[in-house]
Amino acid sequence: MRKRNYWLWVAAIGGYLFLYLPLVIVIVYSFNDSRLNAEWVGFTLDWYRRLFQDEAMLTAAGNSLFIGLVASLVSTVLGTMAGMAMHRRSTVLLSVLVLTPIAIPEILMGVSLLIFFVLLNFTLGLASVALAHIAFCIGFVAIVVRARLAGMDEALLEAARDCGASPAQAFRHVTLPLIMPGVVAGALMAFTLSIDDFVITFFTAGAGTVTLPLQIYSMIKIAVTPEVNAVSTLLMLLTLLLIVIASRLSPSMLRAQQE
Amino acid sequence: MRPGAGAPAREAQRNRWLVGGPPVAYLLVFFAAPALIMVLASFRIPGEFGGLAPLFDPAGEVNLTLEAYTRFFTDPVYAEVFLKSVLYALVTTLACLALGYPLAALIARSGKRHRDLLLLLVILPFWSNFLIRIYAWMILLGPQAALARTVNAIAASFGAGPVPLLFSPFAVLVCLVYVHLPFMVLPLYANLEKHDPALLDAARDLGAGGWQRFWRVTFPLSLPGVYAGAALVFIPALGIFAIPDILGGPDDTLIGNLIKQQFLETRDWPFGSVLSIVLTVAALALAALAAWVGRRGVGRGVRA
Repeated sequence: MRKRNYWLWVAAIGGYLFLYLPLVIVIVYSFNDSRLNAEWVGFTLDWYRRLFQDEAMLTAAGNSLFIGLVASLVSTVLGTMAGMAMHRRSTVLLSVLVLTPIAIPEILMGVSLLIFFVLLNFTLGLASVALAHIAFCIGFVAIVVRARLAGMDEALLEAARDCGASPAQAFRHVTLPLIMPGVVAGALMAFTLSIDDFVITFFTAGAGTVTLPLQIYSMIKIAVTPEVNAVSTLLMLLTLLLIVIASRLSPSMLRAQQE
Repeated sequence: MRPGAGAPAREAQRNRWLVGGPPVAYLLVFFAAPALIMVLASFRIPGEFGGLAPLFDPAGEVNLTLEAYTRFFTDPVYAEVFLKSVLYALVTTLACLALGYPLAALIARSGKRHRDLLLLLVILPFWSNFLIRIYAWMILLGPQAALARTVNAIAASFGAGPVPLLFSPFAVLVCLVYVHLPFMVLPLYANLEKHDPALLDAARDLGAGGWQRFWRVTFPLSLPGVYAGAALVFIPALGIFAIPDILGGPDDTLIGNLIKQQFLETRDWPFGSVLSIVLTVAALALAALAAWVGRRGVGRGVRA
């Protein structure tokens, strides 16, 4: 079997190259001493320096960070509850509400939330974006937490109850410590999803509020500049870090995405 | 019910609501209600300055209409955009399948030690920012980049004029494949991993060659994974708007771009809602179809 895998290897290496070459080029050109992203001229950190002097970019980064923290915090709490409820006895209402936002094209949630906020006279801005992000992050957290619960020994809970623990105590001292890696992984995922989201943010942010992806969008609509490469590189680094930590904490996360 | 059994049962019921209630309430308000409002908006009349006209006109009559639906189903322009979106999504799905299958097969066959790393390497690009991945193709396909210069040098040697790579259907499709590839690899891998290698050995003992083993054993058994992957690629690809918006030319208007236009530029909410509803129905129908076909495929595989 090993000998015949030659073609498989060639095709798979091609696949990995296809996945990584574009990202590597973005990173390499972020250090390139040229306005054009066309060929290597020389090494510079100028684009990073410029990035940290760019007021609009810093404001956008601050907004993204704020929204990401709020959205991941709230969606982790709600998503953990949803995961527990789905694990115990899932109803159709629950699974439809939790899983559909993940399954449908993002633009649908974006435009329906836009109508919703405008009709309610809710000012579009940081709050509307955070509320929208929470709604689509809940499902991801719920899936990871449910996977973790599925691997938990139910006898531990029964033992706790037999020892006289109230449901709240059993949760606090048995369930929560056991599912904690899943909860933390879910929180990191939610933060990453929020900080990276473009489509839903695009529709719910209104005119005055800019997040990092929105800032990148308006920059690349005008021109390709290595400053975008620099911010992209930093953002990729952050995401990479969070996701590697999350996948260490919850290996099932890799599989959870398939649902 | 036995006497005394009611209290714990009631308590369990109450706990269930305490745990499941808040997320359900949140999603009812911020997911179900907006969706419902969008359905209602599709029957309303567009406002003079965008948005919606008042529900009651000055005469006190209710302002509801099917006009937006009639427009979608009578003007062939919209059917054309919709079909074009389906075509792009279909090409994307097939290309992802062709590229993703070897990747998934390799990961499934590799040793336990490398498996998680190889899988992680497929997933990581998915977690990098969506816009950055589109932007990367702007650089790669840009007119000054090596790829465009090579292509144009070849084209020139045949006496053809320069071929623009960026802002073309080609750019849109390449990026669509790029962005959705991990969604194809994951379910395929999950399926291929479970295959019993003894089946392939048996096929070889019966004299089947490499291709025969693939087409008559591995591929049929992997169909559930193929269907799941196809649904995971096709559905989001159908509703995409950022990729044609950034990398596409004037002819690359897909249904997602049309929806964006109706909500942010033309500000015709009822019509934008109709387009969104058509997209939702298409997406849900496809998801249901994939689940149904997948289940039947599994049933057959078990019986065979």
